[in-house]
Parts: sequence; structure tokens; C-alpha cells
Amino acid sequence: MATQIDTLEPIPEPERPPARRKLSPREWMRENLFGSTLDSILTVVFGLLLAWVVYRVGRFVFVDARWEVVERNITNLMVGGFPREELWRLWAALFVLAAVLGFGAGAIGVQRRREVREGRAKPLGKGGVRRLGPLILLVGVLLWFASSVEALLLVLAISAVGVVTNLLGRRTPQRVERYVPLLVLAGVVVAFLVVTAFGGVGWSRWGGFLLTIFLAVAAILLSFPFGVLLALGRRSTFPAVRAVCVAYIELFRGVPLITILFMAFFMIGFFLPEGVSAPSLVARAIIGFVLFTAAYVAEIVRGGLQSVPTGQIEAAQALGLSPFRITMRIVLPQALRAVIPGLVGQFISLYKDTSLVFILGLTELLAVAQNITKQPDFLAQGLFVETLVFASLIYWTGSYWMSRESQRLERRLGLGER
Amino acid sequence: MRVLRIAFQAVFLVAVVGFLLYLIDNVIYNLERLGFPTGFDYLSQQAGFAIPDSDFRSTQSLGDALIVGFQNTLKVSLLGIVLATILGVVIGVARLSTNWLVRRGAALYVETFRNIPVLLIILFWYLGVIIRLPPIRDAVELLDVIAISNRGIVVPWFDKIGAGVAFGLIALVAVVAAVAVWFWRTRRFDRTGEPHRRLLWSGGVLLLLLTVGYVLGGRPWTVDTPEVGALSTSGGFRLAPEYAALLVALALYTASHIAEIVRGSILSVPRGQSEAADAVGLSGFQRLRHVVLPQAFRISIPPISNQYLNLAKNSSLGVAISYYEATKVTQVSIAQSAPAVQAIVLLMGIYLSISLSIALVTNLVNRRLTLKGRR
Repeated sequence: MATQIDTLEPIPEPERPPARRKLSPREWMRENLFGSTLDSILTVVFGLLLAWVVYRVGRFVFVDARWEVVERNITNLMVGGFPREELWRLWAALFVLAAVLGFGAGAIGVQRRREVREGRAKPLGKGGVRRLGPLILLVGVLLWFASSVEALLLVLAISAVGVVTNLLGRRTPQRVERYVPLLVLAGVVVAFLVVTAFGGVGWSRWGGFLLTIFLAVAAILLSFPFGVLLALGRRSTFPAVRAVCVAYIELFRGVPLITILFMAFFMIGFFLPEGVSAPSLVARAIIGFVLFTAAYVAEIVRGGLQSVPTGQIEAAQALGLSPFRITMRIVLPQALRAVIPGLVGQFISLYKDTSLVFILGLTELLAVAQNITKQPDFLAQGLFVETLVFASLIYWTGSYWMSRESQRLERRLGLGER
Repeated sequence: MRVLRIAFQAVFLVAVVGFLLYLIDNVIYNLERLGFPTGFDYLSQQAGFAIPDSDFRSTQSLGDALIVGFQNTLKVSLLGIVLATILGVVIGVARLSTNWLVRRGAALYVETFRNIPVLLIILFWYLGVIIRLPPIRDAVELLDVIAISNRGIVVPWFDKIGAGVAFGLIALVAVVAAVAVWFWRTRRFDRTGEPHRRLLWSGGVLLLLLTVGYVLGGRPWTVDTPEVGALSTSGGFRLAPEYAALLVALALYTASHIAEIVRGSILSVPRGQSEAADAVGLSGFQRLRHVVLPQAFRISIPPISNQYLNLAKNSSLGVAISYYEATKVTQVSIAQSAPAVQAIVLLMGIYLSISLSIALVTNLVNRRLTLKGRR
């Protein structure tokens, strides 16, 4: 047992709350389900209702639904009109991403994992495979629909790469942790180039789920610097700057996203001088999303900026740092660290909001889901429900997984604890 | 130093305003070049399209069409807000129930609806449910008074058959009397401490006088139940399928967010309050009603009003199912060759005014409810 150095007395164990008796199943049911008369009635009524819902959903998914439309169009749903002969580029990009993300995930938690092992810190929740639960479910469903051995082998290979790089990452010394975000970004860029460069497929030809992810990632990355600038401008001491930033933020937060997308789609041509051709549809969508997201990111970052204690700024001023240095070196790092969960939340919303470009004709996941029901084989059979449920599954698993990870992150950063 | 600050701001403003003017200049130039009108006069042109479920004719102006669209937006937003709040509070409290099944069921609801895009929920309800309802001939009749078919939901509604003047006057008297009773009971409570039960008293007086007025005024209202015919329903009040789908979808989606907010706000009431309530001997329900919920309510107002705003903005997705709210009207107008720039600017103006109104009301409510000594 560890001892305190100067007195050689044992360090007292931290007090733990009294252990709760594990209840047998019968006792548990009595307490949690039938605690009082009202409780019992609720349990019965609710239980019946839930059972009915589960039955109807189960019957639909496993018996009634005609999933053929999804099976035959799984590639369409995933990548839209992406040329089929270039699909190998996407698989290659997935390998790169798996390697980089696996390594990053391994390298980032090194110190924390050591602390948990030595008992100095509490584990955050179920780790390992259970964390990836929703993703595994999604990939499993996709593979089932694809029913191709090739796809299965590729997915297994990619997972293997991810696991191996994860183990490698765990073995790296802690000072590498600083460079992980940069490494991940580089990996994303490399993956992007693998797909688009050297005779590859430009992003205006992407579709389906690929386009959904691309829109969300591009929008959050591009809107981030813009949003930070707006947040800083909103706190500026110059009234003119502050007024302009406030006006922008309130304007773009007060209108629905669809109107901003309408603006980007229908109005962009009018803003450009004569002779400059209008950008592609995907580019317009990204511009719309960036304008919209920047306002929300600005509000999130503003919260973070407010949470930095003014003492920090005063100390920095006492040390003689210039305002620019203070912002860049002292304020922003702390502010951004504090709002990472908020930014992840915004990314999740963006991931779901990309479905809106369906209204404007871009072939992302939802649009493909509708289009495939118009194929000659499947026309007018009311199959849109099946494809809609499939699309919902994809959105749901992505969003649910990211929310869970974000909650974990919040607990790890110790935020929200007063 | 001050001169530098002012100079910098002047330069900044000039740059921003200059950029905006450049954009506007381009817009006007391009509009003229392509033969579009540059003002807002296009609003008086004929619409050329009809709006279902309303009295709007295609010969009326585009401006009128936009007004009808705005009314439809309000119709779905206001009712949606009410439904979402009721459902959201119920589910939020259910999330904290001692009953495991209720708790898990509510959690399932919240996790399902929070993680799916609104648009999918709207499309699901419209294309997956409403359209698949039986045709008029086979309409389902709930409790013999509500008719559900793929042409919409028809509920019983009031039908005015006589002059309502006498009833109107008595109704006015009833309201005044109810308010007076409210204040009387409150004053009595302040004086003596007896439970005021003012809701029961006021409500009772109101109902009593209204019934008296109804009888004395010659029964000017009857309840009109829907009659299901071969081709359509007559009577009652019809909720169009698009409206019903949008309303249900928005209510369900927003309720899941409100449930999370309610749960968070109840949890953030310090536990000492609940313990003190238990120590004083309040029952669980009394504890909720008198100690926890009032405090939770105060905390939850800003996030909930944000959700109301989101609901109003999400109503714009009615464009996907052809519900003629403001965005759909704008889209159709643009397709009918209205100038896109002005139409979209007007549309944004409409939503900004809704945002502003909700923000104003929220600020008022917030200010009245903040505790002394806190910001």
C-alpha cells in the first residue's frame, strides 16, 4: 500500500458509498415495476403498448418489408452516381482513414489509460468494442444488404488495419499525443486526394451517403475559422465590428436552413459579376451550409470565450503580451477546448441537416432513397417506406454513436461539473 | 490611440458596406440583364396557382399568396408548439420515473426521435402513414366522431346556427366574473391562508355562466360531427393530410428535445430541495408540483423557447410535402417566374420577424421570472 512520505502513515482509502445489495430478479421487479398500485398499472399499460410497438416494427422489418429495393441499390445508396470502375479509390481511402483514425484513437488516450490502470482515475464507461456498438450494427446491416464476400473481406481487412494501428498508437510515447490532430487531418487530406486526384472522381460527382458525409465534414471544417472570427468579432471592443458580427449571427440563426440553401441555390448566380460562371450545385450547398454553420459555431465559441477566466487575460497583459498573442496563445486554446462537445453537437446536427439538400435536387442519401423507388422494377409499389427506414437507420446510428462519444468526451474533460 | 480605433472602425465599416453594396449592385445588374423586375412590385401580379384548403384563388396576387403562406406557417407552428410542449413535458417527467419500464420507454422515444433528421420524420408521416390511410369510402371512424382517411382527419367542430349576440354578451360577463372570482379567492388566501382553489372556482363560474348564456342565448352553437360520404366528408373541421403530417412530425420531433430539456432542468434543481420537501412531509406529487417543477420551469425557459424557435423554422420543411406554408409559396412563386432574390429576401424577413417575436416574448417571461439578485 502507498504511504505518505513524511509520516510513513498509510494514505487513507477514499470513502466509497455503501455498496447496494444486488437484487434478485424477483425483488428487482417488485421494486422497479410494481412498487405501488399506480406503478403496477403503468407497467401493465406501458408494457402492452411497448410490446405492440415492438411487434409491429419487428413484423415490418423482418416479414412484411420488401428489402429487395435496398439490396439491389446498396451501391447507389452509398455513393450515388460515383463511377463504378473507380470504386477501388474509395476502398483505398477507407484503408487510409482506418489507419490514421485507429492510430489517433490509440495514441490519444495513453496517459489516461495509464491512470485508469493504476487506479488513479475512474474509467469513463464501457470501453472497447461496446463503444463501437452502433457502428458495428450499421456496418453489419450494410454488409448484409450488400451480400458480397468481397465487401465482407474488405471490411474485415479495414477493421484489422484499424485495430493494428490502434495497438501501435497505444505504444507510442506520450509526447506524440500533441501531433495526433495534425496527423488525422493529414490522413483525411490524403484520403481525399486518393479519391479525387490523378484522374480520380471530383466531388461534384459524388452522391449518396458519401455526399452526405462530405457535405457535413466540409461544412464544419470550412465554417470553423469563420465562426471563430465571428465570435471574436462579437466580443470586440470596436462597436462597428461588434454590430456587424451580431447582425450576421442573428440573421443566419433566425432563418431556417432551407431558406439559406434556397438563397445559395437560386441567388448565388445573381451575386456574381457577369462572366463568372455559377458554382456547381454541390459547391452552392457547401456555401449555404458554411454560412449557416458559421453563425452557430460563433455562438458556441462565444460561450467558450466567456468561460475563460478574465484573470488569464489580465495575467497575460501583465506579462506584456500583445492582444493578438493573448488571443491566439491564451484565450483560444482554453476556449476551444471547452467547447469541443458543443462543436461535436453542431456537427451531429449538420450531419442530419444535410438531408435538406434533398429538396434542392442534390443526390445525397435521402434523394437516392427516393429515386430508387422510381426505378422501373420498383415503381409505384410504395417502397419508399422501406428505403426511408433504411436511410433513417444510417442517420440514426451515426448520430447516436457520435452523441454517445460526445458525452464520453464531456465526462473526460470534466465539463458540466459544478 | 482613439483616433486609430475610430480610423480602424471606419475602414472596417467602409469595407463591409462596400462589399454589400457591390453584391447588391451585381444583383440589380443581373436582374435587369435577365429581364427580372428589381422592385417588390411583382407582388401585385397574379399568382397563377391555387392554394389547397383555403379560399385563395389563382387570380389573387402573389402578395396575398405569401400572406396565406405566412398564416399557414403560424397555424402549424402555434399548434405544434402546444402539442410538443405537452408531450415533451410528459415524456421528460417520465424519463425520471421510478418505474423502470416507463423510464426506458421514454428514453427509447427520445433517443429515436432525436437522432433522425426532421425531414425524414415528416416524409415518413406523410408518405408512410397519411397517404396510406384508407380512402374516403373506408374511412376509419374513431369513437364515431372522428373520421380518418387519406384525405385528412376530420374532427367535430362548432357550427353557428343562430345569432350569437346574446351569447357573446353573456360570455363577456362570464369572463369578467371569472377574473373577479380569481382575484377574490387570491385575496382571501392571502388573508386567511385557506387553500384558494382559484382555478376550480374561476373555472366553475366561467363554465356555469357560459352554460347559462348558451341556453338563454337560444343555443347558437351546435357540434357538427363529420359525415362520411362516398367521395368526401361533410361537416366538422378537416385537417388536411399535409397539415396533419407536418404537425404530427414536428410535434413528435420537438417533444423529444423538450423532454431532454425538462429532464435536465429537473435534475439541475438541487437535491437538497427534494430532500427538504420529503422532510417536511410532502408526497411525491406535491413535491413535484410545489417544489421541483416551479424551479425547473424557470431554468428551462431559455432552452425551451429555443426549441419553439426551431419548430417554427422547421415548419419550413412543409415545402417537401407541399404544405403551402411560406417557404412552399415562395418556391412555387419562383417557379412561376417571380424574381428569386426579392422572394427569398421576403421569406427570410418573415422568419426573422417570427424569431424576433419569440425572442421578445421569451425575454419578457424570463425577466418576470428571474429571482431577485440574479442576472
